[in-house]
Amino acid sequence: MRRLLLISVPYLWLLALFLVPFFIVLKISLSDTALAIPPYTPTLDLGAGWAGLKGFFAELDLENFWFLTTDDLYWKAYLSSVWIALFSTLLTLIVGYPIAYGMAQAREEWRPTLMMLVILPFWTSFLIRVYSWMGILSQEGVLNQFLMWSGVISDPLMILNTNTAVYIGIVYTYLPFMILPIYAALEKLDISLIEAAEDLGCSRFQAFWLVTVPLSKNGIIAGCFLVFIPALGEFVIPSLLGGSQTLMIGKVLWEEFFNNRDWPVASAVAVILLLILIIPIILFQRNEQKQREAEG
Amino acid sequence: MAQTAFAPWDDPEAKPLIEFRHVTKRFGDFIAIDDLSLEIYEREFFALLGPSGCGKTTMMRMLAGFEPPSAGTILLSGQDIAPVPPNKRAVNMMFQSYALFPHLTVWDNIAFGLKRDKLPKEAIEARVAEMLKLTRLEKFARRKPHQISGGQRQRVALARSLAKAPKLLLLDEPLGALDKKLRQDTQFELMDIQEKTGTTFVIVTHDQEEAMTVASRVAVMDEGRLIQVDTPDRIYEYPNSVYVADFIGDVNIIEGHAEKSGDGYEVTFAEGQPKLRAKTANGLRGSGRCYLAIRPEKIAISSQEPQDAANAVRGVIDDIAYLGNLSTYYVRLDNGKIIKAQTANTRRIAKRDLTWEDSVWLSWTDTAAVVLEN
Amino acid sequence: MRRFSWFNATSLTLGFAFLYMPMVILIIYSFNESKLVTVWAGFSTKWYGELLQNEAFLSAAWVTAKVAVASSTIATVLGTMAAYVLVRAGRFRGRTLFSGMIYAPLVMPEVITGLSLLLLFIGIGLDRGVMTIILAHTTFSMCYVSVVVSSRLVSFDRSLEEAALDLGCSPFEAFRLVTLPIIAPAVISGWLLAFTLSLDDLVIASFTSGPSATTLPIKIFSAVRLGVSPEINALSTIMIGIVTVGVITASLISKRASLRLQAEEQAAART
Repeated sequence: MRRLLLISVPYLWLLALFLVPFFIVLKISLSDTALAIPPYTPTLDLGAGWAGLKGFFAELDLENFWFLTTDDLYWKAYLSSVWIALFSTLLTLIVGYPIAYGMAQAREEWRPTLMMLVILPFWTSFLIRVYSWMGILSQEGVLNQFLMWSGVISDPLMILNTNTAVYIGIVYTYLPFMILPIYAALEKLDISLIEAAEDLGCSRFQAFWLVTVPLSKNGIIAGCFLVFIPALGEFVIPSLLGGSQTLMIGKVLWEEFFNNRDWPVASAVAVILLLILIIPIILFQRNEQKQREAEG
Repeated sequence: MAQTAFAPWDDPEAKPLIEFRHVTKRFGDFIAIDDLSLEIYEREFFALLGPSGCGKTTMMRMLAGFEPPSAGTILLSGQDIAPVPPNKRAVNMMFQSYALFPHLTVWDNIAFGLKRDKLPKEAIEARVAEMLKLTRLEKFARRKPHQISGGQRQRVALARSLAKAPKLLLLDEPLGALDKKLRQDTQFELMDIQEKTGTTFVIVTHDQEEAMTVASRVAVMDEGRLIQVDTPDRIYEYPNSVYVADFIGDVNIIEGHAEKSGDGYEVTFAEGQPKLRAKTANGLRGSGRCYLAIRPEKIAISSQEPQDAANAVRGVIDDIAYLGNLSTYYVRLDNGKIIKAQTANTRRIAKRDLTWEDSVWLSWTDTAAVVLEN
Repeated sequence: MRRFSWFNATSLTLGFAFLYMPMVILIIYSFNESKLVTVWAGFSTKWYGELLQNEAFLSAAWVTAKVAVASSTIATVLGTMAAYVLVRAGRFRGRTLFSGMIYAPLVMPEVITGLSLLLLFIGIGLDRGVMTIILAHTTFSMCYVSVVVSSRLVSFDRSLEEAALDLGCSPFEAFRLVTLPIIAPAVISGWLLAFTLSLDDLVIASFTSGPSATTLPIKIFSAVRLGVSPEINALSTIMIGIVTVGVITASLISKRASLRLQAEEQAAART
């Protein structure tokens, strides 16, 4: 009896506040826009009984999804989101790997401190971390001032409100997600494996490429998914750092909902976004599963 | 297993393969190797033996190139190897942890070093096949390291380090991770492979039995110095110090006062006890304090006083340790000193007549004991 | 015997400079006299003064604090229960769905979570306000709590609970007297995580809040959309300061505790 209570409380909570809302999104994505409150039809009228239910389902259709394919804004936004997320993930890997590698090579007594330095930004507000780049990247910002002072450029660069700023923002905010799994993989790496490779005739670089990189593969994969998945649906970074031409699906969804008040289309956008995300999420789960099996 | 014919260290003409010349290695304030000189010859199976922290692993890592010496030179075939990085040395190492690459198959592990030499594909395949055959691993070529047993992993590590046909193979505690039974079988396998390939082996171990079994010569180390370098039988029979005598096998150490007498010494060790006689080739520097080292198996135990024994003392059996094939008797002398005597259990236990608190005689010949200073 | 080269030193220095430079610049400019955030006009703390005068920010901060405390506390209770169910309850009908619902919100884009909860609240006619934000925050942060707590429960020696039952505890007493004290550090860090997630959240709060309740991130977001503002710099500096002090204190406390444990174990080994 107690067990049932223990299970049912969190279970029902998640059903009511996670699963049910998701089905509502699905349902509204199949409805039509209407000038009403709430701004869509049909609404489910249980008072009408079976006929009402039948009429309700009859009015659901894929019209919104069809609409998404006709307006090229949407598929461009999906493509550009995937591209921005992919490119930023690659950049994050390039920036993050040497840091994780340096941490793993550092002396044992430094490592907890280095770990804390990587994790500390996690705890500070995401919004503030993104915002801090606005003052750096703007036309009169710190970066442009520095570059002009040092004579590298004579006219300020336009960085803020471009995709470049979005890449920088994603790399910056998601860097710890990349560093931590790679560091965890590198830290477990037995130094004698590297020595064995060198003993067998590898140069340092060959040893790194043939032993270190393959053995940190799981960390690299985990880190890339941990950056790619949230970056794909990102809203704050493109809306603060990106410009009007920066197309990301999270931003489109937000605008569709708050500015255009088109709830059915916003819901359809969300459903497609989820469908796109399911592939990397399943791949990620498989990678984790494989790793656990290899360790277990 | 010492081969009587093979003794290049006694040949003044022989050129050593490896030479340590006054090598010192410091880690900060800690002196790991202290002004050490040593010569190792081609085709030797050389064992570095000592407790952990004695510097034996540092010696090996200097040979492999992972640690540069702080002072002195190391020569390989007469050439200073200090400027040669580990990946360019004709020296390979078998790591204590085996350091098998977990992402590669057994085959790829063995081929790893060969591929670095840019050998043609057929040559690599032939060499790997040869190594697999040598270590009886043909059936496991396609497995990953975690899919094979500990003993098989050990053989993969050996095959991988031998594949490049190094001039010198270093083995860091190669059998440490195996259980006792497997270890004994593998010792003979190692010796067999060493003989077949003719490679010079340097093995690091803390297990004296292992060193004695496999090695042509053993170097006993302590605190960064060589205490004694000699063949296993000489190390055992003629230890040059109390440390070596005590470290190798079981021993009774009797402290006493030595006086020259004929071709040996007479040692007074306790009041009311007879003087002990011991012949020795290398004389003491003078008469004075000395230590007699006597192996327990060289002491006979009997209930009657033995006739014409060079040395005989009386005592009471304090304890008996029954080891199966052997029994060790702990005999207390009148002055309280405990002497260990070992006998082979050639007869069934019920037929033996010695038991606790029996009064017994211990006896040994005048060549059984070694007289040592310090 | 690891080899820490100049390359490692450089990449660590550059990496940490990249991670911390933006925040350092932000903090420096929060003490700038000038309204123009990019021109340095001398040291001043006037923006901190103005911030304290700003009623809108203060009330948003109050709402945020209420939401964070309430949602993280409920989320800790629910999340710990969920973790216990995941690790200990064994098989039951719908277990796969349950663990799916625990892990899915961790990877769900915030815009979708926010949208779906808003549509739910509208559907059942719940007025949007502090209450709805608390419900929303509790839902996603309980998942984080349960992940943190269940990773601790997995390594928990089950025989301790069995010993408690053997000595006459009821299952609930065994949990309260034995399990909970041992997993307490994980529960506390789960609470802290839930608390900061709630403090931090902009997107879900934007969807689920009504005109009556504005949280600090919503306020900050609408202010910075128009550009850099010195008041926001001051506010950010305060928030960064609180977090830094909090995290460093927490890690010092846990380090002291583990050092003491170590010392006591060594002392016990000597006797």
